[in-house]
Amino acid sequence: MNLTVNIGKLKLKNPVMTASGTFGYGEEYSEFVDLNKLGAVVVKGLSLKPMEGNPSPRIYETPCGMLNAIGLQNVGVKEFLKTKLPYIRKFDTKLIVNIFGNTLYEYVKLSRIIDDAGADGIELNVSCPNIKKGGIFFGTDKKMLQKLLSKVRANVRNAVLITKLSPNVSYIQEFAKIAEECGSDAVSLINTIPGMAIDIKTRRPRIANITGGLSGPAIKPIAIRMVYETFRAVKIPVIGMGGIMNCADAIEFMLAGATAVAVGTANFVNPSATIDLINGIESFMAENNIPTVKELTGGMKI
Amino acid sequence: MSKYIRAKITENTPVNKGHNLLILSPDDIPQRSLPGQFYMIGTDFSYDPLLKRPFSIFRETSSGEGRELQFLYRIKGKGTKLLKEMRKGETVNVLGPLGNGYPMPDKNLTPVLIAGGIGIASLFPLAEKLSWSVHFFYGARTSDELLMLNKLKGLVKKELIISTDDGSEGTKGTVIDILDNFFTRHSSLVTRHLLYSCGPSPMLEAVSKFAAEKGIKGYISMEENMACGVGACLGCTVKTKKGYKRVCKEGPVFPIEEIVW
Repeated sequence: MNLTVNIGKLKLKNPVMTASGTFGYGEEYSEFVDLNKLGAVVVKGLSLKPMEGNPSPRIYETPCGMLNAIGLQNVGVKEFLKTKLPYIRKFDTKLIVNIFGNTLYEYVKLSRIIDDAGADGIELNVSCPNIKKGGIFFGTDKKMLQKLLSKVRANVRNAVLITKLSPNVSYIQEFAKIAEECGSDAVSLINTIPGMAIDIKTRRPRIANITGGLSGPAIKPIAIRMVYETFRAVKIPVIGMGGIMNCADAIEFMLAGATAVAVGTANFVNPSATIDLINGIESFMAENNIPTVKELTGGMKI
Repeated sequence: MSKYIRAKITENTPVNKGHNLLILSPDDIPQRSLPGQFYMIGTDFSYDPLLKRPFSIFRETSSGEGRELQFLYRIKGKGTKLLKEMRKGETVNVLGPLGNGYPMPDKNLTPVLIAGGIGIASLFPLAEKLSWSVHFFYGARTSDELLMLNKLKGLVKKELIISTDDGSEGTKGTVIDILDNFFTRHSSLVTRHLLYSCGPSPMLEAVSKFAAEKGIKGYISMEENMACGVGACLGCTVKTKKGYKRVCKEGPVFPIEEIVW
């Protein structure tokens, strides 16, 4: 059985990756997961300077999902290169670094540093709903996105470039097309969906940032629909995510058009969710006589 | 090392209205826990609730060849209401032990434990370990909410003072009143004591302020909404003098003077 998939020039041993922000820098889960078995590890969103993140409470559980407004707390690129990158490099898995900036210049500078440091992939976060500047503002304005991607593309030589798209737009496929035209090697979707919850007794918002991003099984049907729409619009690979809890969910995403999938909130529910998923996909392929996993991508019958 | 394992329920019985004692016998033996550490407990039969819930380890006992994990919990939200309905023989998923636990006191310091409500679950194993030397102050809103009193009476050799907001058991008032009274009696020896506290947030804030005023050192166990329990999601942070720190990883126990209220 062949589980390998290609994201641009990057060959993954299997289609299972981690979703940025749900797997720390890899080391947090190393007690529960053999990182060598993962297709790729996508680490927590990184910025040039360390960021302290949002005040608490930062998360709140809602039916079949959770809201979060972490605010991209991260160690900054200097510390990342010193301690986090060498750690994850000890494992036989691909490293994809999710990056974001407040300005176009910061995105370019950071992607260059990460490319030079030898990461296998760079995932451009242009879709975080929880920070005041940057993030989603690049991902929901077509001209801004075009400008950003062209500049970053010109500065990244070795790493594959993945654009992480926001679901907070009318037609996600239009943004995927821009990513493709500007030389993005792949798109990943969806980021969380902005949401809110209020405590009716205290009348205060459940999370300090007031709004947060919704993730988990609650958003899965939306994510699958968007993967499908994007798959039909572009030729570059689509990395699907949004509420994947088990291998059946992952296969559903692939049938809708995903080449690879990322596990996010499920890591919190079951720390070995990624491994269970890989094993599950393998069993599914064996039971259904599917020799190569690539066959599943876009395999939905209408 | 912490582990993610299946555990069979050997007991899940009410200790009073609103609180249960859960006893689990895990499939695999995780590393022995320290007082103040916690486990995440969840089921896998539904996505609602989705996340596991953190519970302080109340006791860890040997049973035959295996070990049993005991948790004392308050039935509060969706998760604990479902947990309450689970029966002996059913299984849950447990992740742990997690977090840092309470540091042991220096020999020349007298530990003073201050528990509020269900905070008893976290401080009980510490009292068990230090029983010969602790002063234990335990407060709740009403006598109905005081848990494991008899066990505690048998345990604490030095001094156990109970308080309730409505005076239905022990002294009428809060644990802060007891604390104030205690240190008035021991005013010359204030800094020879070390505080350990766990309970509702307003109580911890009051204990912290009191400690700051008197110049007493100590530790408090913090609580926040939690998703992963292993330091990855950064959801459970609290503000400290050294920036945001994760309750699940750097905590749940923090030096009392470190928390920014």
